[in-house]
Amino acid sequence: MKRLIFIIILTLLAAFVVWPQKPGNYIPGGDALPGNPGIHFAGFDRQGAKLGLDLQGGTQLTLQADLSQLPAGVTADQAMQGVLNVISRRVNAYGVAEPEIQQLGSDRIIVQLPGLKDTEQAKQLIGQTAKLEFKEQDASGNWVPSTGQLNGQTVPLTGTYLQPGRQQVTFQGNAGLPEVAFSFNSDGATLFGQITQRLLGKPLGIFLDGQEISAPTVQAVLTESGVITGLSLDQARLLALQLNAGALPVPISIQSESTVDATLGADSVHKSIVAGELALLIVILFMLLYYRLPGLAASCALIVYALITLAVFKLIPVTLTLAGIAGFVLSVGMAVDANILIFERMKEELRSGKTIAAAIRAGEDRAWPSIRDSNTSTLITCAVLYFFGQQFGATIIMGFALVLAIGVIISLFSAIFVTRTFLELLLARSWAHSTRMFGMRIDPSQIGGVTRPSRRPAVAGTRG
Amino acid sequence: MFDFVHNRRYFYLLSAIFLVPGIISLVLPGGLNPGIDFTSGTNMTIQFDNPVDSNALRSAFDQLGHPEAVIQQSSPNTFVVRTKALVQATQSDTGDVTSSERQQIEQALTNDFGSMQILNLDQISPLIAEQIVRLAVLAVAAASVFILGYLWWAFNKVSHPIRYGTTAIVALLHDALIVLGIFSILGRLFPAEIELESTFIVAVLTVIGFSVHDTIVVFDRVRENFIRRSGERFEDVVNHSLAQTLTRSLNTSLTVILTLVVLMLFGGVTIHTFVLALLIGITTGTYSSIFIASMLLVSWHFGELNWLWPFRRRAAVAAAT
Repeated sequence: MKRLIFIIILTLLAAFVVWPQKPGNYIPGGDALPGNPGIHFAGFDRQGAKLGLDLQGGTQLTLQADLSQLPAGVTADQAMQGVLNVISRRVNAYGVAEPEIQQLGSDRIIVQLPGLKDTEQAKQLIGQTAKLEFKEQDASGNWVPSTGQLNGQTVPLTGTYLQPGRQQVTFQGNAGLPEVAFSFNSDGATLFGQITQRLLGKPLGIFLDGQEISAPTVQAVLTESGVITGLSLDQARLLALQLNAGALPVPISIQSESTVDATLGADSVHKSIVAGELALLIVILFMLLYYRLPGLAASCALIVYALITLAVFKLIPVTLTLAGIAGFVLSVGMAVDANILIFERMKEELRSGKTIAAAIRAGEDRAWPSIRDSNTSTLITCAVLYFFGQQFGATIIMGFALVLAIGVIISLFSAIFVTRTFLELLLARSWAHSTRMFGMRIDPSQIGGVTRPSRRPAVAGTRG
Repeated sequence: MFDFVHNRRYFYLLSAIFLVPGIISLVLPGGLNPGIDFTSGTNMTIQFDNPVDSNALRSAFDQLGHPEAVIQQSSPNTFVVRTKALVQATQSDTGDVTSSERQQIEQALTNDFGSMQILNLDQISPLIAEQIVRLAVLAVAAASVFILGYLWWAFNKVSHPIRYGTTAIVALLHDALIVLGIFSILGRLFPAEIELESTFIVAVLTVIGFSVHDTIVVFDRVRENFIRRSGERFEDVVNHSLAQTLTRSLNTSLTVILTLVVLMLFGGVTIHTFVLALLIGITTGTYSSIFIASMLLVSWHFGELNWLWPFRRRAAVAAAT
């Protein structure tokens, strides 16, 4: 009884988590029902399930950073950190809701821009090499590039004159105030000397991709190195990172792009849900017709399985893509496999003359090694797929592997623990103690008497 | 009881009938009809507000410098168009931005056929395409090694535990090859409909997972019966085990196939190829666990596979004399 209460509470919780924001999209005539207000619990906040770009619409770009021109002393990791920072700044500046930027492998970045349809401008912006410029204010207060004389020519001071990787956070004096130290190469030192002389007491603007990131006041004439003070530790770290990024020659190219229209995504979601609901219904029908009473228990367990799995997807959250949803629908089919294994064993035990209760126990015990080994191998496959997907940035494969692995683990719980609880509950009724209820035509006492000394025990073991 | 073991040669023959044409088709040039995920290029779905003649659209793409465009009509005003990779917008040193090819195409098509929108667009560079294929091959190899290791360990109570893992892997490769082979042939027959995207890799990987899952259930029964019926002949034990697990194998596959049929009918056009690959793979996965993996186990037991490793046979003969 305790187990039943546990299952009921778990299922209700899962149902509450899964309950859609717009029930009308999922249940016929559901428009009248209240929508899920979202889950808010001590800083935890979740509105709806997390959908991949193929379902909610948007653009995914795969960027390739060219790390071949890195100067000595700069590691690929440092360079990528700078590039990631630059790209997330650009994406945020573009004003897309919930963009996602992640590094894949050593030199690749995936940028996801949900809801974005016209991608040309975004691509243009994101695909540039970072540009760090130094500017000063003209008479009317506008920022103009700071220039100096180099080999008889007037040239602007840019990030290319900074020594790559040498910009870092240091701490000043006894107070330990954070500051950013920077160093120019010899050409940069020449230019910087001229500029700081001219701007003494005035602000020098530092611009990354045309955006002001800092405008310290020049307090002394500096040449090859200097420090920027008056920053918080976080600001100093960010500025050092940005200066380094601006100093690095890391060209970025767009390797692939994928755009999905939001209406197409919504259509896919709708179709997947209808397919999922129908698939669940058909499997339940099959289990009821073929296995009768145990089938009923398994069907209830399957519904519990679907609710808990979807709730876990929503809570983690697992990003659901079309392949992921297909993986889930498939896992519904696979989830009943453990039940089928147990029930087939149970029938065998019944035929050999065991009581129903003993047959259930024996069926579970005997089926367990098969269930364990087959599911372990599936989990191994999932782990390998996830690992490779991560290495190569194949998000579609990662999503599929994760969905399948979560499904397999939860199905073990539902197929064994939940099914048994329901089955025992049903068996507490006297009408349940008929072999008809187990999809067998003959009374087990009879069949036990006939087949036990049978000449062909294996046949008796398979015909239902 | 049906004598599975006695008829094993017929099962091998049946598999060969499906495998050989597929493998020939795979080996011949243009073995698989790859989508842009595997080659590179652009794939877009264009929806016009008004019905458009597909020939007119084709000549429009000709004029835009894309005579290679493959145009497929999915409704009177919706088209799937595949072209080589489109040129991105570039920024010159002076800061001028050229329009991208996508913008040019949108502009030209709007001029010719009225208002339109691009529903989806995928563009892949050759580098990524190559890596996806490499990923899949490596993943299958790695998964095989791990599964082999696990089965070796899980079956260490019976003699020759490595045989179980090995035949399970052979059955897995059998299933993967049948799916690849059938899709190779289908790709030749219906080049426009059957095109392999990266979801196809996911499908093949799923088939592999299912195939091993199914084989292990049969093998587990063989293991159990070996321990219980230690006096019986090897082939009888395998036969009994197959008979005992047959209903389960068919029922499990049936539920999976039912869900897949539902996905096929209601799941949207985008996953048709994916689901078809799964349907073929799950069917052959069920077949191979009963009729290939288990039969190979028996053949191995009887030494029928010795021709595969001539060196060891000679050693065995030498030892016997």
